Amino acid sequence: MNAYHGRYPDARGHFGPYGGRFVGETLMTPLMDIEAAWKEAKADAGFMDAFHRLLRDYAGRPTPLDVAERLSDQIGGARIYLKREDCTHTGAHKINNVLGQGLLAQRMGRRRIIAETGAGQHGVASATIAARFGMECKVFMGEEDIRRQAPNVQRMELLGADVVPVRSGTRTLKDAMNEALRYWAGHAEDTFYIIGTVSGPHPYPEMVRDFQRVIGDESRRQILEKIGRLPDLIVACVGGGSNAMGMFYPFLEDPPELLGAEAAGKGLHTSCHAASISGGSPGELHGAMTYLLQDRDGQIQEAWSISAGLDYPGVGPEHALLKDLGRVRYEGITDEQAVEAFQLLCRTEGIIPALESSHALASAIREAARRPRKEAILVCLSGRGDKDLQHVQTYLSRQTNSSKEGGR
Amino acid sequence: MNRITRTWTTLAEQNQKALIGYLTAGDPDPETSFHILLAACRAGLDILELGVPFSDPTADGPVIQAAAQRALQGGMTLPGVLRLAKRLRSEVDTPILLFGYYNPFLQYGLGKLAADTVEAGVDGLLIVDLPPEETEPLQQALRGTGLHQVLLVAPSTRPDRVREIASRTQGFLYLITKPGTTGEGGLDVEQIARHARQVKGLSPLPVCLGFGIRNAEDVRMLAPLADGVVVGSALVRVISEARDAPDLPARLAAKIRELRL
Repeated sequence: MNAYHGRYPDARGHFGPYGGRFVGETLMTPLMDIEAAWKEAKADAGFMDAFHRLLRDYAGRPTPLDVAERLSDQIGGARIYLKREDCTHTGAHKINNVLGQGLLAQRMGRRRIIAETGAGQHGVASATIAARFGMECKVFMGEEDIRRQAPNVQRMELLGADVVPVRSGTRTLKDAMNEALRYWAGHAEDTFYIIGTVSGPHPYPEMVRDFQRVIGDESRRQILEKIGRLPDLIVACVGGGSNAMGMFYPFLEDPPELLGAEAAGKGLHTSCHAASISGGSPGELHGAMTYLLQDRDGQIQEAWSISAGLDYPGVGPEHALLKDLGRVRYEGITDEQAVEAFQLLCRTEGIIPALESSHALASAIREAARRPRKEAILVCLSGRGDKDLQHVQTYLSRQTNSSKEGGR
Repeated sequence: MNRITRTWTTLAEQNQKALIGYLTAGDPDPETSFHILLAACRAGLDILELGVPFSDPTADGPVIQAAAQRALQGGMTLPGVLRLAKRLRSEVDTPILLFGYYNPFLQYGLGKLAADTVEAGVDGLLIVDLPPEETEPLQQALRGTGLHQVLLVAPSTRPDRVREIASRTQGFLYLITKPGTTGEGGLDVEQIARHARQVKGLSPLPVCLGFGIRNAEDVRMLAPLADGVVVGSALVRVISEARDAPDLPARLAAKIRELRL
């Protein structure tokens, strides 16, 4: 695809028919201020240097990229390469974005930050940089997610953050974001809102993508060193879609096929999934026009996934555009497929992947089986799975019980 | 002439300020809601802001969030709101302004929305998450219908932008009195007075103050600063505090008469 870079978003934050800035007037001025500060910072070599220095010296970048030898052998098709975002400080790609936004908050003289979180990874990352930069931090988290992700709640509190339980709506990520937006509307004067994904009103989708593109930029360099060419296919999981945008963006004008794995939960034919692109339709939520899970009256529907980090009824607006342009293919991966991929990677490579990343792995495994050995598939392994152990155990024991009952 | 515009003419002749009331359509259930709305209009609301319930009302505080939840549980949707408006219109002449979030309107279809709101006797739309920058598709759909789109100005809005919004709003300009969401309290009267003076100087249309207005005392204090005041959460609370009371419509009417003093 030609001439993509530099074309999107336009000056008002539109990615074709998607994106934009659909918020109450109270938030318009704070958003315009962030946009102006971000434009200035992006052009300031000192700012970008400081960002890249932190990525290296604090987050531990560059992260490794290597072939998954035993996994690939076992599947017996194309070779799978893993970009190891799980090796960053805090264990997921989320740290890239929060370091960038934290620096921007600092530059704007803000001493307080807020964040929303689902799985808790973005919350932990935000709490981490708040401690590192000496800022106050409030993390909004749905009560249901607090229950599902207890270890991350403990981490955030240990790091000095205030975890605010959200009891409205479905008590998950979407409601945490509602509550963060409400709080921000009352405190924008001294508080910076660090959105954790490529969603939300302009300039967040663009800014978060630009902070996350380090994943794709490093990968390009590393894969060229390893195999002397670009991969045939690149796969990443898509909830809000920040690791995928960061991975895909530098490759958009290049030949590799791009594939986004959405959470199909119990299946796209059920109402229990979180696949906004594969199973949703265009609409507006949280400040942006994009694909959503909604009913025919435009009410937002509950998303469902075994992975709390993909459990969101919207998706970043740039993904919506890339879907319409046909540049990225999106498909749904069920809970069952994700858990299988999770187990397979543990046993073949000694890597415990996050359940989110396991969706990308499952897609890659399916593709690898269909493709010849000479092809290379690059997977963004967006985070580590320690946080998910309890969850996977529960899921597997339920599966075992129900198959026993089924056999009776 | 649009009923909102006509209301301003009448109020000006009588040298009066507007009392604008917000209630969520379908709260606590569709039938009771109709009787509440009717009683509220008859008790002397100058303009009715009729809330279209939405699952994710990010600009609203807890009282109106809960009202939206009750209304949605009772099955209220935009087509239902329009039916409710039409029924009200057959009984009263109070201007009706639909107040809501963009997505339900968008999914309804903007062209159909324009036609059906006119047909229902609605006079305007206030869509909280649709700033002037994104309003072109709606404006196109509304062209020639006479429907007003009311825009808002916040405490954080800078003067050049206030001027721009004031030049584009229709019916009146809604001035948000405080940072944060809808809900009672947290008003700084001196600051509101300063801001209202400044905004009135920039606005060719009447300016109304809303967010945080709790009671008759607040109304009396703020009304002189502008052309009208909006009361929302304080009205909705009458419903949430006694939603099974058989005399809810009478209670609402009493509340409005108290605020009208």
